[in-house]
Amino acid sequence: MIHSLFLINCSGDIFLEKHWKSVVSQSVCDYFFEAQEKAADVENVPPVISTPHHYLISIYRDKLFFVSVIQTEVPPLFVIEFLHRVADTFQDYFGECSEAAIKDNVVIVYELLEEMLDNGFPLATESNILKELIKPPTILRSVVNSITGSSNVGDTLPTGQLSNIPWRRAGVKYTNNEAYFDVVEEIDAIIDKSGSTVFAEIQGVIDACIKLSGMPDLSLSFMNPRLLDDVSFHPCIRFKRWESERVLSFIPPDGNFRLISYRVSSQNLVAIPVYVKHSISFKENSSCGRFDITIGPKQNMGKTIEGITVTVHMPKVVLNMNLTTTQGSYTFDPVTKVLTWDVGKITPQKLPSLKGLVNLQSGAPKPEENPSLNIQFKIQQLAISGLKVNRLDMYGEKYKPFKGVKYVTKAGKFQVRT
Amino acid sequence: MSSNSFSYNEQSGGGEATELGQEATSTISPSGAFGLFSSDLKKNEDLKQMLESNKDSAKLDAMKRIVGMIAKGKNASELFPAVVKNVASKNIEIKKLVYVYLVRYAEEQQDLALLSISTFQRALKDPNQLIRASALRVLSSIRVPIIVPIMMLAIKEASADLSPYVRKNAAHAIQKLYSLDPEQKEMLIEVIEKLLKDKSTLVAGSVVMAFEEVCPDRIDLIHKNYRKLCNLLVDVEEWGQVVIIHMLTRYARTQFVSPWKEGDELEDNEKNFYESDDDQKEKTDKRKKPYTMDPDHRLLIRNTKPLLQSRNAAVVMAVAQLYWHISPKSEAGIISKSLVRLLRSNREVQYIVLQNIATMSIQRKGMFEPYLKSFYVRSTDPTMIKTLKLEILTNLANEANISTLLREFQTYVKSQDKQFAAATIQTIGRCATNIVEVTDTCLNGLVCLLSNRDEIVVAESVVVIKKLLQMQPVQHGEIIKHMAKLLDSITTKLLTQYILNLGKYDQNYDIRDRTRFIRQLIVPNEKSGALSKYAKKIFLAQKPAPLLESPFKDRDHFQLGTLSHTLNIKATGYLELSNWPEVAPDPSVRNVEVIELAKEWTPAGKAKQENSAKKFYSESEEEEDSSDSSSDSESESGSESGEQGESGEEGDSNEDSSEDSSSEQDSESGRESGLENKRTAKRNSKAKGKSDSEDGEKENEKSKTSDSSNAESSSIEDSSSDSESESESESESESRKVTQEKEKKTKQGRTPLTKDVSLLDLDDFNPVSTPVALPTPALSPSLMADLEGLNLSTSSSVISVSTPVFVPTKTHVLLHRMSGKGLAAHYFFPRQPCIFGDKMVSIQITLNNTTDQKIENIHIGEKKLPIGLKMHVFNPIDSLEPEGSITVSMGIDFCDSTQTASFQLCTKDDCFSVNIQPPVGELLLPVAMSEKDFKKEQGMLTGMNETSAVIIAAPQNFTPSVIFQKVVNIANVGAVPSGQDNINRFAAKTVHSGSLMLVTVELKEGSTAQLIINTEKTVIGSVLLRELKPVLSQG
Repeated sequence: MIHSLFLINCSGDIFLEKHWKSVVSQSVCDYFFEAQEKAADVENVPPVISTPHHYLISIYRDKLFFVSVIQTEVPPLFVIEFLHRVADTFQDYFGECSEAAIKDNVVIVYELLEEMLDNGFPLATESNILKELIKPPTILRSVVNSITGSSNVGDTLPTGQLSNIPWRRAGVKYTNNEAYFDVVEEIDAIIDKSGSTVFAEIQGVIDACIKLSGMPDLSLSFMNPRLLDDVSFHPCIRFKRWESERVLSFIPPDGNFRLISYRVSSQNLVAIPVYVKHSISFKENSSCGRFDITIGPKQNMGKTIEGITVTVHMPKVVLNMNLTTTQGSYTFDPVTKVLTWDVGKITPQKLPSLKGLVNLQSGAPKPEENPSLNIQFKIQQLAISGLKVNRLDMYGEKYKPFKGVKYVTKAGKFQVRT
Repeated sequence: MSSNSFSYNEQSGGGEATELGQEATSTISPSGAFGLFSSDLKKNEDLKQMLESNKDSAKLDAMKRIVGMIAKGKNASELFPAVVKNVASKNIEIKKLVYVYLVRYAEEQQDLALLSISTFQRALKDPNQLIRASALRVLSSIRVPIIVPIMMLAIKEASADLSPYVRKNAAHAIQKLYSLDPEQKEMLIEVIEKLLKDKSTLVAGSVVMAFEEVCPDRIDLIHKNYRKLCNLLVDVEEWGQVVIIHMLTRYARTQFVSPWKEGDELEDNEKNFYESDDDQKEKTDKRKKPYTMDPDHRLLIRNTKPLLQSRNAAVVMAVAQLYWHISPKSEAGIISKSLVRLLRSNREVQYIVLQNIATMSIQRKGMFEPYLKSFYVRSTDPTMIKTLKLEILTNLANEANISTLLREFQTYVKSQDKQFAAATIQTIGRCATNIVEVTDTCLNGLVCLLSNRDEIVVAESVVVIKKLLQMQPVQHGEIIKHMAKLLDSITTKLLTQYILNLGKYDQNYDIRDRTRFIRQLIVPNEKSGALSKYAKKIFLAQKPAPLLESPFKDRDHFQLGTLSHTLNIKATGYLELSNWPEVAPDPSVRNVEVIELAKEWTPAGKAKQENSAKKFYSESEEEEDSSDSSSDSESESGSESGEQGESGEEGDSNEDSSEDSSSEQDSESGRESGLENKRTAKRNSKAKGKSDSEDGEKENEKSKTSDSSNAESSSIEDSSSDSESESESESESESRKVTQEKEKKTKQGRTPLTKDVSLLDLDDFNPVSTPVALPTPALSPSLMADLEGLNLSTSSSVISVSTPVFVPTKTHVLLHRMSGKGLAAHYFFPRQPCIFGDKMVSIQITLNNTTDQKIENIHIGEKKLPIGLKMHVFNPIDSLEPEGSITVSMGIDFCDSTQTASFQLCTKDDCFSVNIQPPVGELLLPVAMSEKDFKKEQGMLTGMNETSAVIIAAPQNFTPSVIFQKVVNIANVGAVPSGQDNINRFAAKTVHSGSLMLVTVELKEGSTAQLIINTEKTVIGSVLLRELKPVLSQG
C-alpha cells in the first residue's frame, strides 16, 4: 500500500525518507512541491496528488509534511489516518513531532517506521505494543545503555500483539495506582453580526491517564448518558455494554489515551458563555477605520471564564493598528495581518475592551467585509453540556486505585461574524 | 559460513571499487547538497573499521550512523560487505539495523545479499516467534529474484506455523513475493486459500490484503470464509477491518441481489427530500415485492454497524461506503451521523470525507439534510474545505431551507477569500436554476453584485447571470435592459472595438485566436470573406442553455472512499464494483464443511477453535442445509456433522448478537418467506438460554467424535447425530423421537470401544495409591479416536491412555477467602481425561462459603485467555449456604503450554479475577505401553527431541519405589514395566496434541542417575526436566 514516506520541512527540505518496497527517487516530491507552490498556503495543499506513476498522499502536521508515495488504489483515508498515527507516535516518543526531534532520534524513528509498516501495510500501530518493541528514549536509559551495552530493542514478541487486547501490555506495575479522566468539551459556534447563534454544537472527549497495575477492568458510568448523541470509541471499549447499559466498560491501555469522543445531541440548546460587542468600520475614501470590541460573560454557570484570546485576521489593506486595551495585551503582525488580543480572565465588574484606530493602505478600496473574530476561552470544572461521571469501578485487581475526574470547557471553533 | 563470507568479500573487493564510483556519481545529483564525494568516502572508511571491530558498541554506533545516512537518502551501498557480516550478530539492535540496511540495499547488491540468506533460513526455525517472524519479514523483503524458491518454501512453512503472528507475516510475504515474481501466482493463491481459512483475527486482515493484491478476481475463495470474516470483523485490528470491508463490499455486489427497489435510482433525485416521510411507504412497497434479503447479506450489514463507532476515520468511511453500496436505501441513513462526526478531524480527513459526502448528497439529499449547519463555512477553513462545504450546501438546498442558505451565502460572497467568493456566486446560480421559487431573488442579488468593487466577483456574476438569462430569456427582459443600461455612457461600438483590441494583445493565445475570429466575423472589412454575411446566423443561433451542475455529478461511478473517487480518475489497481446480479448465485457455496478443512490444515486446528467462539448465526442455516443434504447425499452429511460440532461451540457468542438483532429480525420476518421465519424463530429460541447451547455443545462434541472414531458406523448414523444436535434447538417432538432411537444406535457403536479400553488397560503395576476410581463413561470416546489414529501411524505398537497411577491430593488456592469477600476457592487436578473435551485438562474446583450469608449465583465471568486456550466453565451455582462447600469440575485446554488461564469468578455482587497456571506435569495423561514399544518410540525421538540431566542423590533415594513416587507426584505419567532394575521408565502423552512424553531414569554407578526425557514437545520436555531434577535429587 504505502510505498515510501518522505518528511519535508517548511522550507522544502526532504530530511527523512523511508522505503518499504523498492526505492522511489526523491524527485517524485517535485510534484508535491509544484502543488505546494500552486496552493495559496500550506493549508491548501491538496492531500491527494496524482503524478504520472505514483499518487502522493500527504498530511501537514506541526509544520512538517508527511508525504507518502502510493502506487495502486487504496482508500485515501487509510493512508491519512496512518500518517497521523505515525505523527502521534513521534509525539508520544519524543514529546514533540518536530524536525529537530526526528533528526535527533533518527535511529528510533527508523526502527519505529520499520515496525509500523511491513511492505506498506500497517503491522503494529498501538503505542503499547511499540513501546515494548522499542523503548522510548530517556536520558537515563541512554546513559545506562552506553555503559551496559544493552539496547532499546526488545527481543520478545509483545504480549499484546497476540492477545485479544493488543492495546495493553502485560506485567504493568505501579506503586501508586491512579486513574484520571479529563472530560473536555469544546463549543463550536458561529455567532452572527447581531449576536444570535447561527450554529452551535458541543463536541467532547474523555482523555484518560491510567496508571494501574496488572489487568484492571474498568467501568465508567454517567449520570446522564443520554446526552451523548454520537460517540466514537477507543477499541478497548466493549460496544455491547454501551449499547445495552450505556456504561463504558474496558480494559484500558497503559498510559495516556483518548477513551471516547462524543457529540452532544443537537436538541439541547447550547449555552454560549461569552458575548462580544463589536463595532468595526472602515471609512470610505479615507485611510483609517475604527475598531472597538468588548467582551463579556453570559451563561457561564457561575464559573470564571479564563484564558480568553481573540484572534482576528484583518483585511489585506490594513497597514497597522493603533489600539488601547483595558485588560491584557495585544499584538498585530503587519505581515500576516493577524491581530491577537490576549485577554486573560473576565471579571464582570469591568469588562475588557480593545479599541482604537486602524490604518489602511491609502488609495486602496475599503474592505467589504469586516473580519470575523475567533475566540478562545476556557472554563475549569465545568462540562457545558452538563455531562457528569457517575462512578468508576474497577474489577480484576485487588488494590484500591486513586481516581479522579476533571471537567473543562473550551471554545472550539468559536467564531463571531462582524 | 562466516569464513566463507570473508573470502568472498576480499575477492569482490576489486569490482567493488568501480561499482562504488558509479554509485557515487549517481547519488550526487539527487542529494546534491549533501554529497561531497571525498568526505563521504573518508567517513565510510572509519565506519568500516567500526563494523569490523569486536566491540558491539562500536558496531552499534556505526550502524546507527549508517541508518542516519539511509534516512537522509545518502548512499551507503559501498558498506554492504562490512554490514552484511553482522547479520548474525547476537545484539538484537545491531541485528535489526542490519536488517534495515539489508532490505534497503539488497536489490542493488544481489550477490552479496545472498550471503545473508542462510542466517534467515536458520532463524526461520527459531523457537522464538518474534525471531521467526522477523526473519521471514526480512527474507521476503530482499528483492533478489534468485531466492524466489527459498521464499516460496519459507512462506509455505510459515503459513502453517503455530504462531498466528508468524502466519500474519506469511500473508504479508505473499504480496512481496508476488511483486517480485508474478509467475508464482498459482502457488501463492494456494497459500492464500489456506490462510483465508485461518481463524485468527491477527491473520485475517493481512491475508485479505494479499488476496486483494494477488487474486482479487478469485471471489470463489471467499465463499467459504465469508461468514467467518463477517463474524471476526469486529475483533480484527483496525487496518485489517478497512481492507476486509472493502473486499466484502465487492463480494456482496456479486453474490446478492439488489436490495434497492426498482426505480429507486430515478426516484432518488426527484423525491428524496421527503425520504423520512417516505419510509412508511417504502416499507409497504417492500412487503408487496417478493424480495427477501439473503441472511448472509444481512449478516454483513449488521456486523459492520458497530464499526461506525470506530475512532479510526478510515474504518468509519469504509463502513459508510459499504452501507451506501450494499444496504437497503432506507438503512443507509445511519452513516450520516458518523460521517459528520469525522468533520471535526484533521483537515485531510475533512477533505476526503467532504468529497464523499458531496457525491452522496447529490443522490440522496435526505441523508444529510439534518446536518445542514455542520457544513456552514468558517472564515478559518482552508479554501479547499470551504469549496467542498459549499458544494454540499448547494446539493442540500431545497425550497424549505433556501432562504436560510441564501442569507448564509451573502456572508460568503463578502469573504476576503475571493476564490471562495467566486465559488459562492456559482453556487447561487445553481440554486437559482434548481429551485424555481428563488430564481428571481437570486438573479436580483447577483445583479447587485455587478456593482461590487472586486473584479473577480463581478466577472463571476456576469458569467452566472448570462447562464441564467439564457435559460429564460423572455421573462428577464428587465434585467437585460438593466445590464444594457450599465453600458449607457459609452457607445457599444467603441466598446466592442476596445475589447477586440485588448484581446489582440492578450497573453493567452486562445483569447488572441478568439478575438481574431470574432473580429473577422463581425467587423466587416474588405478582406473578410463570405463568412461575415452569416455572422448573425452563427452567433445568434438557437442553442441550448448551459446546465449548471455539480462538479461531483460524475464521480458516483467510483466506489466511495477510494483513491479513484477522490481523484476522479481510475487509479491503477482500482477494482470496479460490479452491478447487482439479476439472479443471486447459489448461496449454499458459503456453507462451510469442516472435516475437509481439518484435514488440510492441521496446525490450524488450534487456531480454528480458539476463535470459534466469535462466530455466530451460521449454525441455523447450516443445520438446515445439512438436514437437507442428508436426504439427497449421504456422504456429504458426514462432513456436515463435523461442522455441527463447531457451530455448537459458537453458540456462546451467537446469543449476544442475535439478542441484539432479534427485534430487527422480528420486523424482517414479516416479509420474509416461511422458511426464513422458521429460521428466525430458531435463532431466537437459541438466544434464550445459554445452557441450551452448551448442552448442544456437549452433544456435538460427542456426535463429532463418535463419527470419526467409529469407522464402521454407517452414514445413516452420521446424519442422525446431526439431528441430535439440531433437536436441541428445534424442540420438535418428532425429531426428538428419532434422535433418541438414533442415539441408542450410536451408543451401541460406542460400547465395543469402551471395552477396548479395559482390554488395553493391562497395567496393574499400581503399588502406591488407590487412584480415584475412573468411571468408564468419563473416558471420552474421542480419546479413542485419537488413539486409533496413533495406532495407525505406529502400526504395531500398542499405546493407550491408562488410568492415573497416583492422584496427588495437593490443592492450589484459586481465590483466598480474604480477597474473595468470604468466598474461597481451591482447585486440584484429578488427573482424569476431561469430559468436556479431549484436549482439555480437567480441574476440580472446591468453593467454600466462609461468610455467614448465602453467596448467590457463583459463575465464571469474563475469561481472559491467551490465544488458543479454551475453557469449559462449570454451570452457575445458584447459591452456596454459609459454611457450605461445593465441588465443581471444569476443563481447560492449555494447548500444551504452561500459560496462565485468567478468568473472573463472579458472584451476584462481585467479580474476582483468578487464574490457573498448570504445573507442567498436569498437562499429561498417562500412557500404558510395553517396554519394547517404549524403546521403539524412544528410538524415534532422539536428537532435538531428547533432553537429559544428571542427578546426584543419596543411594536410598534411588530405589525404584522412591523414584516412582517422586515422578508420579510431579507428573501424570504411567509406569512402563521394566526388565532392568536400574532403569525406570514412564510414559505419557500431552493432553492437547497427544505427543508422547517418555521419561527414563537410569541409575548409574555411585550416587548418580541419568534423567532422560524424549518428546516432540521439547519445550514441555525441558520444563518437566527442570521440575523433576530437583525433586529427584532431594533427600
